Amino acid sequence: MEQGRAQSKNKTFSEMLMSMDRRWVFLVLGIVTVGALLSKFTIKQSVTPEVRDIYNFVENLKPSDNLLVAIDYDPNAKAELHPMAYAILEQAMARKIHVITLTLSQNGAGLADQAVRDVVDSVATYDGFRPEYGKDYVFLGYRPYYALVILGMGQNFRIPFPKDYFGNVLDSLPMMKRVQNYDQIAGVIDITGSNVADAWIANANGRYGVKVALGLTGVSGADYYPYFQSRQIFGLMVGMKGAAEYETLTHNPGPAMEAMGVQTFAHIVIILFILIGNVGYFLDRRAQNKRARQL
Amino acid sequence: MGLTEILWQGLGVFFTLAVLSFLYKDNPFYKFAEHVVVGVSAGYFVIILYYTSLRPSLFDKLFLENTWTPTTGHLHYLIPLVLGILMWTRFSKKWSWVSRYSIALYIGIATGVSIPLEMKNRVIEQVRGTVLLTDFAWSKTGMLGLPAGLWDVVLIILVVCALIYFYFSKEHKGWFGGVAKVGIYTLMIGFGASFGLTVMARLSLFIDRVQFVNNWVSLVISKL
Repeated sequence: MEQGRAQSKNKTFSEMLMSMDRRWVFLVLGIVTVGALLSKFTIKQSVTPEVRDIYNFVENLKPSDNLLVAIDYDPNAKAELHPMAYAILEQAMARKIHVITLTLSQNGAGLADQAVRDVVDSVATYDGFRPEYGKDYVFLGYRPYYALVILGMGQNFRIPFPKDYFGNVLDSLPMMKRVQNYDQIAGVIDITGSNVADAWIANANGRYGVKVALGLTGVSGADYYPYFQSRQIFGLMVGMKGAAEYETLTHNPGPAMEAMGVQTFAHIVIILFILIGNVGYFLDRRAQNKRARQL
Repeated sequence: MGLTEILWQGLGVFFTLAVLSFLYKDNPFYKFAEHVVVGVSAGYFVIILYYTSLRPSLFDKLFLENTWTPTTGHLHYLIPLVLGILMWTRFSKKWSWVSRYSIALYIGIATGVSIPLEMKNRVIEQVRGTVLLTDFAWSKTGMLGLPAGLWDVVLIILVVCALIYFYFSKEHKGWFGGVAKVGIYTLMIGFGASFGLTVMARLSLFIDRVQFVNNWVSLVISKL
């Protein structure tokens, strides 16, 4: 113990910076995050073209057009993707667009059901129009083996989904009587944190030519920009920033816009720590060079 | 919102704090939370798989609903049933080879379906996007207020440089080495974008948890 203290006292400034316990970083980041959240600081969002394209697509749909929203994420991606799902569903339902939702993520059914119910309640409060299940929206539930499900819907929705999430036969739902396959779907918006997005691009767009847009987590976002550039997808939302942009466009401030203010402070802290680490590295290297010259 | 809701959300708060405690050091609370998540996820998935796949796609085809009475005209559904059972021979050293029939069929179908689609989407469409979809619109404003056409030129140059970096049949020296160096810088910009987005993603998860705990605390205070 005494020896440890003595060693710590003998450390140079650069050595102290280089050997800083990572838990200090976590602590400072935690304090800044909590402080920023409590301060209710918000930041104005500039909207990127790839997010605006999704918004414009939904805005230009006619009432009674069919929009498929795939809520393909588990609770571990809820923070980034749930705000996207809420904003898109609310925009579509308020415009009386027929919304078909489903999930191809094994733990996603509960989240999808919650999002649809909440949005229906929300639309009913401000618009006087309460979307009716089976007539204005449908929730198909979960089916495993996503690639086969996406291919199956290209032939007929009844192949992978003979019944909806609640056990209703699809043909008993008025809205689904007019829907056989992707030919009756104006577009698909897939919100996911996994490679289900690849299957939607390859199988729904590549095979059947249906328009696909993606809402992705930050981790996977950068991998899908090439698909936007090649126009295989018509829009792209990435992470909390993408969700906040969509909330801005729909004038529907939610958790994403609130979180972006916090993100700003947290990023400043991370940049500061990166600078500190670099200063430590260069000072340490200079000290080592100096010692080498003296020997 | 009643007491039950507060207790359930309180359980969520407990597990959130238990997982975050790992940032200090490994401890029994973290281990407990980790095992609960893995156990609950596995158990939940088994039940979901049964009710969304096995039952509607197999058992309901072979037997009348909720009985063991066989249906008529669906005998071909015995084929996937047998193939599925064969997969369980993996647990026997003597019979595990039999499971290869099921695996071979599965891989064969998956390969047949995916190869043409992957070729189209990841190769042909991407080349088309790089070469044919660049319209060199000099009058259109692009990123940073510069002409969009300029960015198309930059895109093509950087794609070629990145491809040259992976060409190892010629030594990376001279002009070729210079082009390869531009290629590696291009890749680094891509990795940097991925890293930045990953940092944002991880912070988003943390912010969500702080919001969750904050909402719960506010709820408890309002009920006191």
